[in-house]
Amino acid sequence: MTKPLVAIRSVSKAFGEFQALRNVSLDVWPGEVLCLIGASGSGKTTLLRCINQLTVIDSGGIWLDGEMLGVREEGGKLRRLTDRQIARQRLKTGMVFQRFNLFPHKTALENITEGPVQVQGRNPGEVRAEAIELLRRVGLATKADSYPSQLSGGQQQRVAIARALAMKPMLMLFDEPTSALDPELVGEVLAVMKELAQSGMTMMVVTHELGFAREVADRVVYMDHGAIVESGRAADVLGAPREARTRAFLAAVI
Amino acid sequence: MRAAPTLAEGFPDLSQMQIAREIHWRRWLAAAAIVVVLAAIARAFANGQIEWSYVSRFLTAKVILQGIVNTMVMAVLAMALGIVLGAVAAIMRLSPNPVLKSVAAGYTWLFRGTPLILQLLLWFNLALVFPTIGIPGLWTARAVDVMTPFLAALLGLGINQGAYTSEVMRAGMLSVDAGQYEAAQAIGLGRLRALRRIILPQAMRVVIPPLGNEFIGMVKATSLASVIQYPEVLHNAENIYYANSRVIELLIVAGCWYLLVVSILTPLQMLLERHFARGTARINR
Repeated sequence: MTKPLVAIRSVSKAFGEFQALRNVSLDVWPGEVLCLIGASGSGKTTLLRCINQLTVIDSGGIWLDGEMLGVREEGGKLRRLTDRQIARQRLKTGMVFQRFNLFPHKTALENITEGPVQVQGRNPGEVRAEAIELLRRVGLATKADSYPSQLSGGQQQRVAIARALAMKPMLMLFDEPTSALDPELVGEVLAVMKELAQSGMTMMVVTHELGFAREVADRVVYMDHGAIVESGRAADVLGAPREARTRAFLAAVI
Repeated sequence: MRAAPTLAEGFPDLSQMQIAREIHWRRWLAAAAIVVVLAAIARAFANGQIEWSYVSRFLTAKVILQGIVNTMVMAVLAMALGIVLGAVAAIMRLSPNPVLKSVAAGYTWLFRGTPLILQLLLWFNLALVFPTIGIPGLWTARAVDVMTPFLAALLGLGINQGAYTSEVMRAGMLSVDAGQYEAAQAIGLGRLRALRRIILPQAMRVVIPPLGNEFIGMVKATSLASVIQYPEVLHNAENIYYANSRVIELLIVAGCWYLLVVSILTPLQMLLERHFARGTARINR
């Protein structure tokens, strides 16, 4: 019997007075494409950021590939991992940000090779060849030496996807990857993500693109006020939602 | 309103006419007034008690040249020390560790809060506090032998500069978007490596104009080291006028050298700025 790649159990997180996550539990299975939908402030982005530990959870636990994230058990107590151990755990996930966050002083190619060479200590020549192959895969083979400021938003986001893939992650996290893009550039990014999904990558995608969710996602999770309201097959949640809140949200966005 | 198949009458064709050139007579008047004032000042100095032959003779005197070399050596070394200390203090100030934070804040408080000349005098007179210095059992020496004018000036100027530079560096690091830290973490870079490879290079772009400013200030601040006998250009000029009483002439000589050095530094700063502007150059330029 296979195990979930990500197991989230009773996770809560507050920012001051604001309760961002309330007792969230969820499994993500290997090869699955899971879309998180919901209004802004519903906790979907926070949940994603907890998985690669950019946000530290208040309570509960997250297991990635069988390993507890951020803490270890020692003599019946939980102890925080060191920054170095957390950095090592992060390598299992690749993150794509809403605002791309490419390094502006490095070319597209250098953005991609930075992690494998600096962090994984791999051979620069080999990494470079792989990076060029990744750029070709996202349709930007000719843009290797361009700086981010010379690329369109859609191109920048595709470089960002290639940068995340270069670390060979087991899980890709997408935080509203198309929300900062002009409408005509959304398609090129979604196409790359769709190709990635078809290649068998496990993906968690926070998105407002319901068309993408319907077409590509294996499962859709609807969140509201920091809790999971409804989760199920994309066709069911988006086509015939059981919960009144899900119906209200879908009616508002479509 | 009616639909207009043709353009309305009454608006003449201006395409053959040119805009007449204006005479800015007020600008001409102001320029003339300035020229008159400058001429008066120049005449006053030409007829004043200044022996210009002394100025030209001492401008390239060996002692003066040696002095400007010492000035530049001190300015560069003290600035280098200041940048290193400033970067370290800025990184400490932004770290989550409260101990490091308060050490850095205390350093800035102490060395920014007291006059530079006082610090120079303290370093130079350290022997009054500690007659001998060293590591017990390994190495000891008399403080008067160790604390030469050179070392006292370097420590005084460099440590003081670091306190100011730390704030410039901190401002630069704060100017980098928080998403850059997150992206660096997401690809597994540790805190220090993210700072060195991602944050600092971007901060440099913001930091270089104020650092250039600080360096120009440093070139001139080295003149304070004349009070602790460091042989920089002003100190050497003073030594000459103690002997020949040509005070103004030698001050003019020193002034000319400071102006020359500062004039050379400005284009150098532009080259540096261009280097760190990588990736941010606008496409349409």
